[in-house]
Amino acid sequence: MIASHEDKETAMSHTARTPPLSAALEAFTDTHQEHDASAAEGAAAHSVPSDELDLTLMKKKKKKAVKIDDGEAAGDDEAPAGEDAIDLSMKKKKKKKVVKDDDDFAKKLEALNIEGKDGEEAAPAADENVQDGDMEKGTGIWQHDETKAINYEPLLSRFFTLLSQKNPDHASTGTRSYKIPPPQCLREGNKKTIFANLPEICKRMKRSEEHVTAYLFAELGTSGSTDGARRLVIKGRFQQKQIENVLRTYIIEYVTCKTCRSPNTELSKGENRLYFITCNSCGSRRSVQAIKTGFSAQVGKRRKMKTG
Amino acid sequence: MSIENLKTYDPFAEADDDSGQTKQTQEYIHIRIQQRNGRKTLTTVQGIPSKFDHKKILKVVKKIFACNGTIISDTESKGMGEVIQLQGDQRLKIKEFLTNKDEGLGLDDKTIKVHGF
Ligand SMILES: [Zn+2]
Repeated sequence: MIASHEDKETAMSHTARTPPLSAALEAFTDTHQEHDASAAEGAAAHSVPSDELDLTLMKKKKKKAVKIDDGEAAGDDEAPAGEDAIDLSMKKKKKKKVVKDDDDFAKKLEALNIEGKDGEEAAPAADENVQDGDMEKGTGIWQHDETKAINYEPLLSRFFTLLSQKNPDHASTGTRSYKIPPPQCLREGNKKTIFANLPEICKRMKRSEEHVTAYLFAELGTSGSTDGARRLVIKGRFQQKQIENVLRTYIIEYVTCKTCRSPNTELSKGENRLYFITCNSCGSRRSVQAIKTGFSAQVGKRRKMKTG
Repeated sequence: MSIENLKTYDPFAEADDDSGQTKQTQEYIHIRIQQRNGRKTLTTVQGIPSKFDHKKILKVVKKIFACNGTIISDTESKGMGEVIQLQGDQRLKIKEFLTNKDEGLGLDDKTIKVHGF
């Protein structure tokens, strides 16, 4: 049962190693192999008798969970007419189109790495090593009248090489130089925290106070209000460090441009309730998730219910 | 290749978010923290796949973490699914439990979002 599950996983990682994937993506397939390995270990652990009560409990639970899991997996395997089957056949087709066999391909690739350009099939994958030095001279894959499609990977490295050459400023200014003033936190009474310089920080990030506040409340799992001096009053006790951490994740999620890392971006409400971040430096645009509070436990509601 | 990308982690997911493709496959597990009175806190775990027995998870987890906890039913959580609620800040421990392949659920790290400070 477990084996069938594993097979699925390995199959996935195999297909992921088809030629269009280059070095960077191999890292991902590697993690998959690790997955498989540890899954195998997990399977082995099953048979090992446990001496602790904790462990036996765990195993019981795990077995149950796995059983259900396997039930699904087995069902998929047994029913070739299912959606999964279609998926698999599609995968196979894909595979066939490009390579006959993974092992074959691996061997071929190895051979190519040693001998240089040889086969026609695997050529696009092998041109990485050819491309490297030739880019500036404009030879090989970078020739002006070259018709061969250039892979994403070399194109990307070309982009970054050019960027660092022609616009070193841009390439180096990352989040490192981006500084926002540290949040000023004061304690109000015993149960509230005042975040004093929220307007200043919002201004620096070019985000509305409402948006930042909503995010803070959602992440901290609390609520609050704004006082007369536009300071944010947060219910609960929070240290400056904690607020800072939340602001940091906010900046990663809602401020910096994922393409060029520039914090010079704008948040706008696009069509159909989606929020978009448009970068002022590179012009890229990405959608961001609306702030969701998610589940929040009823803290103190019971008290209210008692009185009310 | 595009099909594969949908199933495994898509390295360009952040840039391509507006295609909506990644969102369909990535149902996150949210681990949150909430302050109660004083220094006390609560940890809530939302979105553990329903193929797992939540009650058993709770039972095991309570024992390992030495904390109490309850399951908030779907109706109680107002349609957000069953939520496991634990006393204290158990965020790191529960994340470890969810991802551990030998002694936990062996879930993918990337499907788990830890919130809070
Ligand atoms: Zn940008």
